[in-house]
Amino acid sequence: MRNDCGMFDVSHMRAVDIKGNGVRGFLRYLLANNVDKLTQPGKALYSTMLLENGGVIDDLIVYFMNETWFRIVVNAGTADKDIAWMKQQAAKHAPGLDIADHPELAMIAVQGPNARAKVWEALPGSKELTENLIPFSAAEMGAMFIARTGYTGEDGFEVMMPAKAAPMFWATLAEKGVKPIGLGARDTLRLEAGMNLYGQDMDETINPLEAGLAWTVDLKNERDFIGKAALLANPPQRKLVGLILQDRGVLRGHQVVHTAHGAGEITSGSFSPTLEKSIALARVPKAVQVGDQVQVAIRDKMLAAQVVKYPFARNGKSCL
Amino acid sequence: MSNPANLKYTASHEWVKTEADGTVSIGITQHAQELLGDMVFVETPAVGRKLKAKEECAVVESVKAAADVYAPVGGVVTAVNSELDSSPEAINSDPYGAWMFKMKPDNAADVAALMDAKAYQAVVDNEAH
Repeated sequence: MRNDCGMFDVSHMRAVDIKGNGVRGFLRYLLANNVDKLTQPGKALYSTMLLENGGVIDDLIVYFMNETWFRIVVNAGTADKDIAWMKQQAAKHAPGLDIADHPELAMIAVQGPNARAKVWEALPGSKELTENLIPFSAAEMGAMFIARTGYTGEDGFEVMMPAKAAPMFWATLAEKGVKPIGLGARDTLRLEAGMNLYGQDMDETINPLEAGLAWTVDLKNERDFIGKAALLANPPQRKLVGLILQDRGVLRGHQVVHTAHGAGEITSGSFSPTLEKSIALARVPKAVQVGDQVQVAIRDKMLAAQVVKYPFARNGKSCL
Repeated sequence: MSNPANLKYTASHEWVKTEADGTVSIGITQHAQELLGDMVFVETPAVGRKLKAKEECAVVESVKAAADVYAPVGGVVTAVNSELDSSPEAINSDPYGAWMFKMKPDNAADVAALMDAKAYQAVVDNEAH
């Protein structure tokens, strides 16, 4: 996939449309990132959605379609609680809004350096519409919603469409030589790309500043949002770092990391085929720095690892 | 790939080959490597270590998961295949060639009592259903 392209069925992900007057003002308060960054129709923003105490309810992508329509794409496992939370907050702060989720939409991610060209071949007319899409933005083509987004660290599209249209789209891509890829491989790709996985790298007990997600939290101006007061009142004590294993073995979630500043824990770990080394994301005490040597407890051994900056790989190449 | 008839097998998916010098070579089966997928790490026991039958003594780790390897019989470790350190994928490409370690069994009769290829195949078929 890092050299050509592949496709993933990610229809489990859920699109939620929020429509009505005042939707921007509501999202400005609901989300930790600031939707005022979205000015061009189709532009997307990655954000977290927080509890009052700063814990992460979910991470999501929000698309600005027009001033009365924003589309949010959330994780599958959290979709129902996310929607309940959005409706509960809307009832308090913006009762006129219409919040509707779309489980009937399928989503196929086509990712890799040749992904866009394959989608253009498979969907006549799509090239004209999407070749000028900048990364992290989307366009509509009839009932299809084509976004230049992904979860692999490569270029490509995530295409949403009515479920009944998905088998044909999949089959057409397969005919053009696009290989299907499983979600296990997707997990490896996102880890190499240094992207968080909800439920593993963060959850409702973790605030985003301790999960490497400070960039999704906009504290720059006076804007109030749910969770802001808690984040300001509780400076982070831990941080998320990258690890590379120097000894032989494989880093995995929940292994304990021993540092000069105290213990931490691996949140995601695997073997990286791109680096041919084992890599991980780990939550460690704040004083730990890039370049530090640490030890990871694996079974009955303590193995040497080094703290590194992540992402580990982007656009087919090692970042280290 | 069928399981070679000249080997013995365990229910925990190790194969055991009796060598001319009376030691046994141990590896993991075709079925086991297929379940685990792309192998990235192999940890072998120390030479000279005394093992009881069914004792955890080695680890094979793929991109997907880590799995313990058990001593098929009691005995002493006499050699390990250090080539697997740098090429663990040999277990995927040639599971019955890629031996992990050798043992001198306490009793040759313990080896003879292990499953034959046919009995092992029944274990695998049973797992699949």
